[in-house]
Amino acid sequence: MINFKLNGKSIVAKKGETIFKVAQRHGVEIPHLCYQDGLAEAGNCRACMVEIKGERTLAASCCRQPTSDMEVSTDNKRTLQAQKMVLELLQSDMPEKDYTLDNELQQWSDKFDVKTSRFKRQRAVVKNDSSHPAITVNLDACIHCTRCLRACRDIQVNDVIGLAKRGTNTEIVFDMQDPLGKSTCVACGECVQACPTGALMPAGEMGMIEADKTVDSVCPYCGVGCLLTYKVKDNKILSVKGRNGPANQQRLCVKGRFGFDYINHPERLTKPLIRRTDIEKTAELDFDPANPLQIFREASWDEALDYAAAGFKDIIKKQGKYALAGLGSAKGSCEEAYLFQKLIRTGFGTDGCGTNNVDHCTRLCHASSVTALLEGLGSGAVSNPMADVKNSDVIIIIGADPTINHPVGASWMKNAIKNGTKLIFMNPRGSELTRHATHFVQFKPASDVALLNAMMNVIVSENLVDQDFIDTNTEGYEELRLHLLDYTPEKMAEICGVSSEEIRQIARLYASAKNAMILWGMGISQHVHGTDNARCLISLCMITGQIGRPGTGLHPLRGQNNVQGASDVGLIPMVFPDYQAVDNNEVQQRFRKLWNVEELDRKAGLTTVEMVNHAFEGKIRGMYIEGENPAMSDPDVLHARVALARLDHLVVQDLFMTETAFYAGVILPAAANAEKTGTYINSDRAVQLGRQAVTPPGEAKQDWWIIQQIAKRLGLDWDYTTPEEIFNEMRQCMDSIAGITWQRLQTESVSYPCLNEGDTGEAIIFKHGFPTKSGKAKLVPASIIPPDEQPDNDYPYILITGRQLEHWHTGSMTRRTKILDSLEPEPWVAVNYRDALQLGLEEGSSMRLETRRGSIETLVRLSDNSPTGTVYMPFCYFEAAANILTNAALDPEAKIAELKYCAVRVSKVKI
Amino acid sequence: MKKNKHRRQKRGRSISASAVDELQKLIKDLPCQRDLLIEYLHRIQDHFHCLPIEHLHALAKILGISQVEVYEVASFYHHFDIVKEGEPRPPELTIRVCDSISCCMAGSEELISQLENTVAKNIRIQAVPCVGRCDSAPIAVIGTNAVPHASVDKINKEIDAASTRDCIPETAILLNEYIKQGGYQLYQQLLNQPDNESVINSLEDSGLRGLGGAGFPVGRKWRIVSEQPSPRVMAVNIDEGEPGTFKDRYYLEHDVHRFFEGMLIAAHVVGVAEIYIYLRDEYAGIRDLLTQEIAALNTQFLMRRLHTNNSVDRFKQQNGKLIKKSGGGAILNLQSLPPIHLRRGAGAYICGEESAMIESIEGKRGMPRQRPPFVAQVGLFNRPTLEHNMESLYWVRDIVEKGSDWFSSQGRNERKGFRSFSVSGRVKNPGVYIAPAGITLLQLVDEYCGGMSQGHKLYGYLPGGASGGILPARLANIPLDFDTLQEYDCFIGSAAIIVLSEQDSARDIATNSMKFFEHESCGQCTPCRLGTTKALNLMQDKNWDIELLQELSIVMQDASICGLGQAAPNPMQCVIRYFPDEIKP
Repeated sequence: MINFKLNGKSIVAKKGETIFKVAQRHGVEIPHLCYQDGLAEAGNCRACMVEIKGERTLAASCCRQPTSDMEVSTDNKRTLQAQKMVLELLQSDMPEKDYTLDNELQQWSDKFDVKTSRFKRQRAVVKNDSSHPAITVNLDACIHCTRCLRACRDIQVNDVIGLAKRGTNTEIVFDMQDPLGKSTCVACGECVQACPTGALMPAGEMGMIEADKTVDSVCPYCGVGCLLTYKVKDNKILSVKGRNGPANQQRLCVKGRFGFDYINHPERLTKPLIRRTDIEKTAELDFDPANPLQIFREASWDEALDYAAAGFKDIIKKQGKYALAGLGSAKGSCEEAYLFQKLIRTGFGTDGCGTNNVDHCTRLCHASSVTALLEGLGSGAVSNPMADVKNSDVIIIIGADPTINHPVGASWMKNAIKNGTKLIFMNPRGSELTRHATHFVQFKPASDVALLNAMMNVIVSENLVDQDFIDTNTEGYEELRLHLLDYTPEKMAEICGVSSEEIRQIARLYASAKNAMILWGMGISQHVHGTDNARCLISLCMITGQIGRPGTGLHPLRGQNNVQGASDVGLIPMVFPDYQAVDNNEVQQRFRKLWNVEELDRKAGLTTVEMVNHAFEGKIRGMYIEGENPAMSDPDVLHARVALARLDHLVVQDLFMTETAFYAGVILPAAANAEKTGTYINSDRAVQLGRQAVTPPGEAKQDWWIIQQIAKRLGLDWDYTTPEEIFNEMRQCMDSIAGITWQRLQTESVSYPCLNEGDTGEAIIFKHGFPTKSGKAKLVPASIIPPDEQPDNDYPYILITGRQLEHWHTGSMTRRTKILDSLEPEPWVAVNYRDALQLGLEEGSSMRLETRRGSIETLVRLSDNSPTGTVYMPFCYFEAAANILTNAALDPEAKIAELKYCAVRVSKVKI
Repeated sequence: MKKNKHRRQKRGRSISASAVDELQKLIKDLPCQRDLLIEYLHRIQDHFHCLPIEHLHALAKILGISQVEVYEVASFYHHFDIVKEGEPRPPELTIRVCDSISCCMAGSEELISQLENTVAKNIRIQAVPCVGRCDSAPIAVIGTNAVPHASVDKINKEIDAASTRDCIPETAILLNEYIKQGGYQLYQQLLNQPDNESVINSLEDSGLRGLGGAGFPVGRKWRIVSEQPSPRVMAVNIDEGEPGTFKDRYYLEHDVHRFFEGMLIAAHVVGVAEIYIYLRDEYAGIRDLLTQEIAALNTQFLMRRLHTNNSVDRFKQQNGKLIKKSGGGAILNLQSLPPIHLRRGAGAYICGEESAMIESIEGKRGMPRQRPPFVAQVGLFNRPTLEHNMESLYWVRDIVEKGSDWFSSQGRNERKGFRSFSVSGRVKNPGVYIAPAGITLLQLVDEYCGGMSQGHKLYGYLPGGASGGILPARLANIPLDFDTLQEYDCFIGSAAIIVLSEQDSARDIATNSMKFFEHESCGQCTPCRLGTTKALNLMQDKNWDIELLQELSIVMQDASICGLGQAAPNPMQCVIRYFPDEIKP
């Protein structure tokens, strides 16, 4: 507590507060330009000058803390003269036209009556830089406040923006003074959000259009779950601004900020469609999504819904209910996903007893992680939120590249690293994170178990275990310890391609850290031994007691915006909502009561890939696929397409005519995320509310309405009228969220478990034991299982599939987004420089990839991120669909496919 | 689906493997440290006579930092020539002609245009700010070879003789000679029998104040820093860039070890773990001298770690032992020598400002920091830092050996101590003169400089370089010292005296000064970045808008982050106050 005088008044400042902040707190306005909440103070604009009695010069109030008995004046003649002249100097070099309606320099000038500038404009003519499709650079409006620089270097740590040259030549530059479109800029837009004068704006002069309204919502893309605000005019989204949510604190990435216009794409489905009777269904994709009427005809909702329901009823009658299956969406809201699984479980059958043949894309993603977590800890979700890395001394990121798929999450990690946190980056491929890592452990693909067991061997043999924690909170340690004896670093070094010395170093670093967190992704999960991989991570965490505190724990980075939610509300064949087993008596009772049915199926249902296999074999005859695109996302996709083509009855509900919709008998046009209200659960277990900002186009409808319509036609007497009603029903059967009210979600994100109304919710869990039967964690040893299809003479390379920053998964949304698609319009495969040399490949040359399942042609991109002997490609390009090549071999427990590893033959395409 | 069929341009530039190889060869003897960035850039510039962008990219890669982080530093300093892909490289040889005050008065502008018209096309001519040799104006620096009293003929002769390198000055007293003359005995004595309190008292009592321009009492500074938590570091400022100043060069050319001894005594008394010396790049011969003599000092000791060693543990004290030289060479029984790092400036006057210099030593843009905190508490590498101008350390030995009275008793007109005056301009004998503090200009010119140059009548003078303002002849009888000139809107700074005659125009001098400040502004803050350029523009109008200029001056003085912006209006203000005839409408 510091007592001092502010403009003659006695004021108390908190410890560490600057004069500026104290003044702000007391409603005393001081002009400021380079200061922005959330950025470190720079003190360069000199607009916030104040007079401190006894000091020779004025002081920048944003950079000074008051001391006892200091006397500060913010508005006497001397300070006002300085404040106003700073504004006047800056005004003299501003351009005639405005680039934004929110020009802070203009706003302060108006407030402080700086009308014109007496100084001549002397800024040299500046050409605007429109080289980047997402961001326009108008440096003639730059006031050199460096807010953009701090946004890029300190907040997002993308390190593209700098301040070059000096004096009047001082200039904001990108990379080495390159046009923005040619630079390494990833278009996160943090700089756009930070710029006070419109020098950096979203392309297309959006900044000069006045919005009708703003709507607070959630981003539809990844599992970080950034909160945002839509600016809307005439029922169209103008632009997106970052909003302050616990996961993002106003940050966004290029997709969330600039990837919203897919909802206006002309290919958007606006009417229900029924397959024309004169068109044969082929297994081979042959369609133009802009011309669905070549294959389908328009229908009314009634006709389409009747047709859809009738087809299901028909199959139930003829082949029995087990010949039906449903794939729900991880992108839609929790309410929609809940209704979807309820439909399958009560409607895909007779008398309210359906089946458990319901799944979603988690099967392709973190199914193995969730299986291992449920088995080991009794709970399949993360223990600590992503942003909690700021409390970690050490973080392990393994089998993931968050700079690509969770960019805002990655910014927290980079912030932590800049603040001293050490990163152990364990990945066969390099990344933007490599240069930040204390250890870049580039292990051989699929050798995770060897490496992780070796690390645990070191921790045990060097007595770095947390014996207390092991004794109190785990079971099976002795068996694990004995199992690990064989996995010495010296023995495992050759297998995993990491030196024994490095294995020892990283094991020690992790084990002896005060607080350490493990984050992982598809590199761990998408293998035939994915569950084993995750088991090793759990064991590593358990034997060192790195859980239950800030900065510790286990975080499988959930991919989709609502994959956590979709899993939580039961879009899973083995469990009902909230992971309650379908074959448990008490659970059965609970749901029969709630859903008002006599019976529910006790048999665990089919998983995604199994459904496709059964369809191939004719055992599954009908499917309902909502917001999923297995014809692009399933492994061995040509096989999957044949399977889909063989279905008698396929109902697809989506925004566009996707590859999957090509095989449908009826297509139902649905609403996009910006067109609906509902809850979404992000990777951190936070429940957040998304709001409708615009109306769906044409006759497209809300997913929950469509599902209810089908339910009604299947004999279920549902009468939901709002998503809120659905949410409240969810609370009745899901203890984890029982305490969260719809009202509370209007203003807050709430992390479950939140058992009772009034509970705050829990960001960090496992503080005291685990929700297993014994209360302890189960340690499960893992042995080395080789990948299913290893390289050989015929197929000598390893294919690794994955994602890229600008596109989302199968591309159905982002390929239809002007900005995102123009940033990355063409398919590519990353090839190591040396391999390329040997193969005679150059940047941009055409390359063929062949596996035992199929072949594609695509373009070469040289990369030193890919180790020799491997190639890497994203699966978002329909014209070179990576999953034509991938292997559908499954992890026996989680049934997830080995999308990260198969054998491929590569060759140059001769023109 | 319709495909966006335009070939995507690959994001960012590709790394050039050959550039990486070349770069690694150039810097292989240096440790890999972020703060050595400017040293690496010098290696590249010295080798290629420019900074090719591929090598900057390679450097970023090797250091594990982003491209822009390298670029923004490289582009700050005027001695670096960045060449982008496809751009022509500058000629290998550059002739830099000074166009600051004294050289301008000696006709450098004419010299520049003559050179541009006559010299070969493969030689580049550059006008540059003060190179610290005002006593031999005009100066042209061919490569690193400074040609005094330059003329086109003289320059051509030097070019023909391929004299493009500055050498170690012949006047330099090397280590052995310095020891023979009794050098390092005081240091040795203080090592054996530490007496910190009495040394600090001596300095305090003497009244010695910082001689770089700011004038902070030396003894008090030692006391303050010694009370800060360790590890503490020392930063020595030899960026001598104030137009008209050349005293530091003079002392280094003649008695470098006297400065070293003062520096080592300071390090020992205050308790400093490492020493960084920042030398302006224009003193290339001095750089070789310092490198050679630091190495000579180091070989006198058994060092556990030399400053070029790869395994760096920055802040551990070094302890050395005696090596007895055979064959009658000098014997030193010194027990300890902290690591001494020599860092090159790269053409930025602002790096003479203590916090900007510190930023530069850290391998960053030379932008002054916000104060508080002051560098004594948070300085180089965030450690408490003892920062001194080189000359402030030069006098430590004398003051301690001869006593504080020896210093304080010298002085005139009721002032104490003496100053090293760098005198240039219209005097018969420009040069460095040790004269009593408080001496007047008339006395200085008369008693030390041999009077005014033939045919020149005193019109005015600059008492403290370009920053210190301009005084008229009628005020040539005021004592020159700290604190005596403030009431006249001037200050003594580094005691750089430039004498003007009736052939000179104060207005032109003021304009030259403002141009200098505009050129040297780091650009960080609005009042200086825009103030200097707007003021210059107004000063180039035939009639000055006095009211606006004065308003602008006040804000520059009140709101600039550092002394450059605060002092920049001084010459202009003095013209308004003392030479109104020159700006009368």
